[in-house]
Amino acid sequence: MKQDLRNLIEGGLTPEEVLSRDTPVRRSIEIKGKITSDVIEEISKIKNEPDWMRRFRLRNLELFNKLPAPNWLPNWVLESINLEEYLTYAKPDVNRASSWDEIPPEIRSYYESANIPEIEARALLGLGAQLDSEIIYFNIKKQLAEKGVVVMPMEEAVQKYPDLIKQYFMKIFPPEHKFAALHGALWSGGVFVYVPPGVRIEAPIEAFFLISNAGEGQFEHTLVIADKGSYIHYIEGCSAPRLSRYSFHDGMVELYAHEGARIRFTTVQNWSKNVINFNNKRAIAEGNAKVEWVEASIGSVASFVYPSTILKGEGAGTEITGITIANGNRHVKENGAKVIHDAPNTYSKIVNKSISANGGTAVYKGVVYVRKGAKYVKSHVACDSLILDDKSKAYTIPHEQVFEDTAVVTHEAYTGRISEDKLFYLRSRGLSEEEAKGLVVLGFISDVTEGLPFEYAMVLNRVISLEFSKYGKVA
Amino acid sequence: MAELKVENLTVSVDGKVIIEDVSFSVKSGEVLALMGPNGSGKTTLFMTIAGHPKYNVIKGRVLLDNDDLTPLLPEERVMKGIMVAFQTPIAVPEVRLSTLITAMVNKMNGRKLTDPAPPSLVNNLIKGVQEVGLTPAHLSRGVNHGFSGGEMKRSEVLQLLMAKPKIALIDEPDSGLDVDGVYAVGKVLLNLVNSGTGIVLTTHSARILHTLKPTKVLVLSKGRIIAEGGLELVEEIEKIGYENFLKVR
Ligand SMILES: Nc1ncnc2c1ncn2[C@@H]1O[C@H](COP(=O)(O)OP(=O)(O)O)[C@@H](O)[C@H]1O
Ligand SMILES: [Mg+2]
Repeated sequence: MKQDLRNLIEGGLTPEEVLSRDTPVRRSIEIKGKITSDVIEEISKIKNEPDWMRRFRLRNLELFNKLPAPNWLPNWVLESINLEEYLTYAKPDVNRASSWDEIPPEIRSYYESANIPEIEARALLGLGAQLDSEIIYFNIKKQLAEKGVVVMPMEEAVQKYPDLIKQYFMKIFPPEHKFAALHGALWSGGVFVYVPPGVRIEAPIEAFFLISNAGEGQFEHTLVIADKGSYIHYIEGCSAPRLSRYSFHDGMVELYAHEGARIRFTTVQNWSKNVINFNNKRAIAEGNAKVEWVEASIGSVASFVYPSTILKGEGAGTEITGITIANGNRHVKENGAKVIHDAPNTYSKIVNKSISANGGTAVYKGVVYVRKGAKYVKSHVACDSLILDDKSKAYTIPHEQVFEDTAVVTHEAYTGRISEDKLFYLRSRGLSEEEAKGLVVLGFISDVTEGLPFEYAMVLNRVISLEFSKYGKVA
Repeated sequence: MAELKVENLTVSVDGKVIIEDVSFSVKSGEVLALMGPNGSGKTTLFMTIAGHPKYNVIKGRVLLDNDDLTPLLPEERVMKGIMVAFQTPIAVPEVRLSTLITAMVNKMNGRKLTDPAPPSLVNNLIKGVQEVGLTPAHLSRGVNHGFSGGEMKRSEVLQLLMAKPKIALIDEPDSGLDVDGVYAVGKVLLNLVNSGTGIVLTTHSARILHTLKPTKVLVLSKGRIIAEGGLELVEEIEKIGYENFLKVR
């Protein structure tokens, strides 16, 4: 795995650069302009949706119009999300396929540059690839269907499993803030997964999201339901070419782990520097269930993600691991966590590691809430920040709201810097400045990357190495 | 045969001149002891030779085999074959000691930084760790992270041992070490000298010099070399102390 620091020395192209060389994707449908009920009706019609979903979207639009703009966003970010200038729906001019051969080469090359087909062949039981607003590739191994596992594009699930969708869709994460409501109105794409009781999926399922153009919004919705005693590992990857203007991502992930189930949800977010990223992520864990979030927030200029778990049943637990890179002037990367301890004997572990460089700001915002009566809760939060230069910042803002005396809630924070003296020490061992920084960065995150599946640790180390191989030139 | 030559070196730090007109040289297999009271400029001299950006060379040069090192980056100097074992090394908690040593040796041998350690290095490391009196557990800890003063010294010497530089500059390897440590480190350094490395060493005790038997002794005071000779200088300093020694000069 550590081999991939090689890229640091060898240089090479980032996926972002590979993507940027290609011609823009042609679309068969584009919707743009003020988001009115007409726009919503049109999207719903394109998707040939049942009436209840159409009405659901319209209700969310109403909420969106009513809710105030979030006060937790930097001004420049709010100003950049001028929705009337964004494409709110973009359907690429390509038919959905279940084999890469059927995908036109110019589009396939996007995914190949991120090694997706290769990883799929080697390590996945299923893959969905979304381009702009629609899933264009979807392929699931037979053994999943044989076990009764349902994996399908979200639109298809709305048609085939209306009862399940009505029961869960935006019930775990209701439209409680403006961008969640916007998501509810405009959602398009994403994947639905249902794992039957007792079924354990031995290899991960992945969804890979790509934004191909500037000035585009992407609003995919992911819903994973793990029934009693089941297990699934779901992986999400994101990428985008270098764009001329901002694009906007406002996705949502909802997880439901029934009694004794375990869900691992890993995100490797590597949007290009022109993407403003929101992702609304929440899980509910019933008794003795476990939810593990890994949020590797590598790309994008501004990102606001707070994976959350509601520990609803006794003995439920969650681990939320965040890896954040804020590398670049004005970059604001918030990668937080939220845990609601709503039952006795629940436990949570939050590990957050951030790296700031070249004027970037990394923020951990976290909440650990323990309800009165949720006895013998255990929670530990560890936040480590690495700051590579004087222009960059890291903030750790943990909130503990504990209303139960028996709870043991602990928090520790560490901030490291690569001071001139530290750098000099490593250079006095023969390493160049870039090599020294790369070694420190990879070492800093090694204890979290070592817990990831091999392929993804590779991917992550690769993108991080590439990120910092540019460091010297950028600085 | 390598030779480090320091010629008429004058150095300032933050605008203050610390080293003035210092010259000396050391060859492969030689041991040069650099004595001097606290604050006389020994560490400054080593930092300057290593190329720390904070230390300003106002005048003079540092040569290795007639290559001028003065304009080179710290890492380029290491690649030429000089290396410093620091008096107070910096902690790098993020990087394991084994990772750093592997990266260093890989780089010196033209391999990729993160290639796995070749078996020869693994063997040398296992042997070296024992010789300097550390344990394998130290290798998997962050560099100098939570190391005691003595462990840092041992770790510095271990790194020298793995790098086998042409010339090693060793800043107080024996301070903070227990008696056994001084003996162990002295023996390791002697082996290094016997295998051809030239050493410049600072110390405040004669003990390690009895093992290392310096070819030459220099005494630094207020940034200048004020005496040059053999082990008899060390004995004199031991007997009468720096204050009296300096009065006599
Ligand atoms: N940044 C600095 N600014 C001013 N004086 C310094 C600085 N660094 C070191 N010095 C001074 O330089 C002198 C030499 O220090 P040093 O080289 O550490 O001596 P030694 O190693 O011989 O004990 C001391 O007087 C010390 O206070
Ligand atoms: Mg000193």
